[in-house]
Amino acid sequence: MTTTTIEAASNRLAHQRDSGPAPTRIVVAYGFWIFILSDIVMFSALFAAYAVLAGNTAGGPTGAELFNLRNVFLMTMCLLVSSYTGGLGALSAEQRKPERFLLFAAATFVLGAAFLFLEIAEFVGMIHKGAAPSRSAFLSAFFTLVGMHGAHVTAGLIWLVYMMAQVVAKGLRAAVLRRLLCFSLFWHALDIVWVGVMTLVYLMGVQ
Amino acid sequence: MDGNGYLPEDRSPGVEERESTATVASYTAGLGLAILATIGSFVVAQTSLLWPPGIPVGLIVLALAQIGVHLVFFLHLGSGPDNTNNILALAFGVLIVFLVIGGSLWIVDNLSTNMMPGPIN
Repeated sequence: MTTTTIEAASNRLAHQRDSGPAPTRIVVAYGFWIFILSDIVMFSALFAAYAVLAGNTAGGPTGAELFNLRNVFLMTMCLLVSSYTGGLGALSAEQRKPERFLLFAAATFVLGAAFLFLEIAEFVGMIHKGAAPSRSAFLSAFFTLVGMHGAHVTAGLIWLVYMMAQVVAKGLRAAVLRRLLCFSLFWHALDIVWVGVMTLVYLMGVQ
Repeated sequence: MDGNGYLPEDRSPGVEERESTATVASYTAGLGLAILATIGSFVVAQTSLLWPPGIPVGLIVLALAQIGVHLVFFLHLGSGPDNTNNILALAFGVLIVFLVIGGSLWIVDNLSTNMMPGPIN
């Protein structure tokens, strides 16, 4: 009798806790997740354009002639490990360890910048070989899709520097932690888009 | 009950009460699985051991597996009650992505099949 009463009471309490207002961090993450999904829908339009135009090389160079898979593998690893260090940075921030966060954030920035450097070097090399965006519909679609991903990485790097400055200036208070959560979501989502780029553009392009 | 020490009713709306479930181990496991899937993709794309028409299918399967690893280990999209809305939004996003990509390919393929042979080709 006593046990069941306590059980019923604790069940009621648990129910009240679960049906109360969601914590701000959950609501903020949900809102930012909606933005990321809309961004991914935008990328899907660029992916569709690339998939439709990939064969239209207009007598110009094809993907198999242009793509260097070693370079692509290096880029993929840079972005993947930067996702990992970004995650560890977010973890350090949650554990209120600002020095560790700054260390991991710096590593994330260096790896992201290395990715961007390799990508720009690839673009410059292609343009020098006469494979500029204006050469064919395939190359227009290629530069738009991959360049849009690179633009997102650039925005992410600027955001990361801004977040590091906020942690230094304001400390790891709740509002800063929520912004960091949004940054983490953004950075990991970029890696997901890159998996699509790597597979559909490069690995299938060399077949 | 959880060991917060205060009654659930004491919580004011919007207070951060729960930290994320991420650990160094879960991030490391995610990194390991993602690297495996990436290396797998590059091997599948360059090997001569596989039947060539099957390679794109293998690449797509590996890419979907890696996206799943990223969602679970890096974005922490799980089956918890806090994630229900996130999962529903993701399902809607995936629907739109498939409609846009699949629909474009379908329509354009249909168009080029029915195109009159032009002087260029």
